[in-house]
Amino acid sequence: MRIGVPKEGRPGERLVAATPATVARLAKLGYEVVVEHGAGAAASFPDEAYADAGAALADAAEVWASDVVTAVNAPADAQVAAMTPGATLVAMLAPAQHPERVAALHARGVTALALDAVPRISRAQALDVLSTMSNVAGYRAVIEAAEEFGGMFTGQVTAAGKTPPATVFVIGAGVAGLAAIGAAGSLGAQVRAFDVRPEVGEQIESMGATFVQAEVAQQEVSADGYASALTAEQERLTAQMYAAESAQADIVITTALVRGTAPRTITAEMVAAMRPGSVVVDLAASGGGNCELTVPGEKVVSPNGVTVLGYTDLTSRMARHTSQLFGTNVVNLLALLTPGKDGALTLDLGDPVQRGMAVTRDGEVLWPPPPVQVSAAPAPEATPAVAPVDPAEKARAAREAAHRKGQRQMVGLALGAVLLALAITFSPAAFLGHITVFVLAVFVGYYVISNVSHSLHTPLMAQTNAISGIILVGALLQIGSDSWLVSTLAVVAAAVASINIFGGFLVAFRMIGMFRKEEA
Amino acid sequence: MLTSLVQAVYLVAAVLFVLSLAGLSKQETARRGNALGMVGMGLALVATVVLALQESERDPLVTLLLIALVLVIGITVGTWRARSVEMTQMPEMIAILHSFVGVAAVLVGYNSYLTDTHADAVHLVEVFLGVLIGAVTFTGSVVAYLKLSARMKSAPLTLPGRNWMNLGALVASAGALGWFLAAPSAVPLVLMTVVALALGWHLVAAIGGGDMPVVVSMLNSYSGWAAAAAGFMLGNDLLIVTGALVGSSGAILSYIMCRAMNRSFISVILGGFGAEGGTVASSSAEATGTHTEVDAAEVAEMLKGAGSVVITPGYGMAVAKAQYPVAELVARLRASGVDVKFGVHPVAGRLPGHMNVLLAEAKVPYDVVLEMDEVNDDLADTDVVLVIGANDTVNPAALEDPGSPIAGMPVLEVWKAKQVVVFKRSMATGYAGVQNPLFFRENTAMLFGDAKDQVERIVAAL
Repeated sequence: MRIGVPKEGRPGERLVAATPATVARLAKLGYEVVVEHGAGAAASFPDEAYADAGAALADAAEVWASDVVTAVNAPADAQVAAMTPGATLVAMLAPAQHPERVAALHARGVTALALDAVPRISRAQALDVLSTMSNVAGYRAVIEAAEEFGGMFTGQVTAAGKTPPATVFVIGAGVAGLAAIGAAGSLGAQVRAFDVRPEVGEQIESMGATFVQAEVAQQEVSADGYASALTAEQERLTAQMYAAESAQADIVITTALVRGTAPRTITAEMVAAMRPGSVVVDLAASGGGNCELTVPGEKVVSPNGVTVLGYTDLTSRMARHTSQLFGTNVVNLLALLTPGKDGALTLDLGDPVQRGMAVTRDGEVLWPPPPVQVSAAPAPEATPAVAPVDPAEKARAAREAAHRKGQRQMVGLALGAVLLALAITFSPAAFLGHITVFVLAVFVGYYVISNVSHSLHTPLMAQTNAISGIILVGALLQIGSDSWLVSTLAVVAAAVASINIFGGFLVAFRMIGMFRKEEA
Repeated sequence: MLTSLVQAVYLVAAVLFVLSLAGLSKQETARRGNALGMVGMGLALVATVVLALQESERDPLVTLLLIALVLVIGITVGTWRARSVEMTQMPEMIAILHSFVGVAAVLVGYNSYLTDTHADAVHLVEVFLGVLIGAVTFTGSVVAYLKLSARMKSAPLTLPGRNWMNLGALVASAGALGWFLAAPSAVPLVLMTVVALALGWHLVAAIGGGDMPVVVSMLNSYSGWAAAAAGFMLGNDLLIVTGALVGSSGAILSYIMCRAMNRSFISVILGGFGAEGGTVASSSAEATGTHTEVDAAEVAEMLKGAGSVVITPGYGMAVAKAQYPVAELVARLRASGVDVKFGVHPVAGRLPGHMNVLLAEAKVPYDVVLEMDEVNDDLADTDVVLVIGANDTVNPAALEDPGSPIAGMPVLEVWKAKQVVVFKRSMATGYAGVQNPLFFRENTAMLFGDAKDQVERIVAAL
C-alpha cells in the first residue's frame, strides 16, 4: 500500500508527519511512501533527503489520493475531497471538538484514525502523539519564557554582585508540566509545581521541583487516565494557592487542559499582583488559555508589565525534533496496524487502542469509543471491600485473632505437655533420660539458629546436613553384629552416611571460604 | 570404663556441634563454626570406632576392615562430590545428601529391629517412627533432587484429593503400627516402609518448584528428626542431641523461608502452589502489553550515567552462571564511583541464601550484598536496577493484584527506581507460573538473551 505524506496546510505549521528516518522505517513495514514536494522544508528536511530515504516525491493531488495519508493536522475540506473513498487518514483530528469534521470524513467514506485519541494505557505510550507534543511544548515553554524574562535563570554570585535564581511555578504536572520542570531546573531555576492529583507529587519531586499543595484539593482520575474537572470548593482553595504562588514567581507556566478545554487558573488580578518583568506561559492557549489575559497565538503585555505568552505553535518552533518524534509515533502506530509487515493495513477494532483511535470506518461513525479502563488500575472490587472497615475495628479484630491464636497455641502446648507427661510416666527409665535430652536439644537448636544471618543459610544447611550424618555412629555400632544381613545393611547405611558427613562438611567449608569482606 | 569415656567424648562432640551451629550464624565466625563441627564429628567417630571394635560380636579385625572400607568410600565419594559440585548445583547436592540420611535411618531402623528380637513396646515404636521418618525423608529428598536438577518437571503434581491421600497414608501407617505392636513381625514394618516411601514421594511431588527453598530446609529438618529417632532406638544420646539440633534448625529455617514468602507453613507442605493453572492464566491475561527492548550497549550507557545501581539477581543468574561477569561489572562500576548494591530476595534461587553463595563464589564483597528489607527503601532513589534472572521476586502483582497467586508475598520493589533493566531469556513466566506486569512498565527495558553473554557485552561496552 502507499502512504502519502502531505505538506501541512495550516498557516504557520512547520511540522511534517514523516521524516527521512521514519520514511525508511515505514518502507521496512512494506509500504511505499510518497512525500509532497517541500513537505519537510520548514522542518529542515529537504526533498532530497526524503528521496535518499526511498520516498517518491509528488504533488499534493497524488499524495492525498494515497491509500493511507498521515498528516499532523486535520485536513481542510478540499483535502478530504481529494482523498480516495476507502483510504485511511491518520492525523490529529480532535473528533470531540469537531463533529462536523467527523461528518465530513464519514461522508467521504474515509477510515479516520485520530492520533490525539490514543487511550492512555501503558501499551499505547509508543503511539501517543499528545505525550510527544506536550513534552516538546513543555520544554519550549521554558525557552520562550527565558527569552522574555529579563534575567538569568541560575543564581549568580560574582564580583559585580549577586542575583537570585529565577522562581518558576508550574501548574499541572502532566507530560508538559514535567518537561517544563525538567528544563527550568536544568537552567538553574528554583522550580515549584502544583497538580490537582496529589499522587503526582512524587513525580514532581523526582524532577527536582518542590511540590506545592493546596488544602484538601483533590481530584479523581477518571477511568481512562485523564484528569477530570474540579468541584467548586476545591477550586476556591486552589485559586488562593495560585494567587500566592504566582505573586512570588518570576515565571508561571500553566499546562492545565481537561479534554481540550482550559480551566481558568490565573485570573487578571493574579497577573496584576505579579512583579513587572515576570512571564506567564500559557500552554493551554489552544483551548482558550488558563490565564485570563491569554490571547491564543499572541504575546500580550499586561498593564503592570507582565508578559503573557499564548503561543499555540510551540511544537512548530522546534520543528525538526518534533517531526522526528511525531513521525516515530506514526511509525509505531503503523507497525501496530501492519502485523504482517507486508504493507497491508488491517484495523482490528477488538484492540482497545485501535478502537479508541478509530473515528470513522467504511461509512460508519465509530466516535466516541467505549471507555477504556486503564490497565494499571487495581481490581475495583477489591478496594471498596476493604475501605469501609474502620481501622480501630480492624486492629481490634487483629488483636482478637492474635489472642485466639495465642489461646489455641496455649491449649496445644498444654495438650502436648500432658501427652508427653503421660508417655513419660508409662515409659521405662532409660527413655526418660533420652526424652529429656531430646527436648532440651530441640530448644537449644531453636535458639542457636534463630539469629543466623540470611546469607549463611546455604552453608548452614550443608553443615547441619553433615552433622545429621551422625547417624553413621549408629550404623558403625551395628557393623560388628554376628548376623551378616545386619552387617551388610549397616555397611550400606554407614557408607551413605559417611558420604554425607564428608561431602557436607567440605561443601560448607568451600562455601564459607568464599565469603569475604572487602579489604579496606 | 570405656563406655563412660565414650559417653564423655560424645558429650564433648555434642557441645562442639552446638558451638558449630552458633558459629555459623555470622560470617566472621563461620569458618570456626565449620572447623568445630569437623572436630566434633572426628571425636565422635573415633570414639564410636573404638566402641564398635570392643562390642564387636565377630572378629574385631573384620569389623575394623569393614569400618575402614565404609570410611574410605565416604571420604572418596564425599570429597569428590564436594570438590566437583558447581555452586549453582548446590541445591541438588544438598537435597541428595538429605536422602542419604533418610536411607541410612531406614537401614539402621531395620537393623535395630533385627538385632533386638525381644524388644518392648517403646523400642518398637521408636524403630517404627525412625523408619517412617527416614523413608519419607529419603523419597522426598530424591524427588526434590530430581526437581532441582530439572530431571523432573517442577510443576506441582496435583492428584485429586491429594490431602486425603496423605492423610490416608498416615492412617495406614498408624494401623501398621498397631499391628506391629500387637504382633511384632517384619510384615507391617515393610508395609509401612512402602507406604512412607510413597508418602514422601507424593508430598514433595505436590510442591511446586517455587517453594523448593522451603522444601529443602524442611527435608533438612526431617533428616534431623530421623537421626534423633535412630538415637532413641539405639539409646544413643549423641544421636538424639544432634538430631534434635538439626531438626529444630531445619524447622526454623523453613519457618523463616515461609515468612519471606508470606505463606503459611501448612500451605507449603500441603503443596499444590500455582496449581490453579486456569485462574493463573486468566488473571495474567490483563498483564500483557508491549515491552521495550534495549541492547547491551544502551544498558552500558545507562550505567555510565547512573549514580546508584542496584542489582537483583535470581535463579536465572545461577543458570547462566553469570555471577562472574556480574562481579566484574560491579568492580568496574565501583571503580568509576558508581554506588552499586545487590538486593537479594530471601527466596531468590532454589535454596535459602543461594544467591549469596554464588556472589561470594565470584568474590563480590558481602557488605554490598543487602537483603530485601535493607534495600527496598533505597530503590526509589536508585537510578538503574538490573534484574538478572529474577522474576517472581520482583513482581509488582504480589502487592497490587489481590487475585495473583503470589499476592501478599513481599517483593523487591524495583519498579520504583528510575530505570529497570530486566535480563531475561524470553517473555516466559517465572517459577510460580505468574505473568509479571513489571515487564510492561514504562520504566522497564528488557534485555533478552543469555544473561552471561549480555553482562559480558555490557562490561566490554564500558
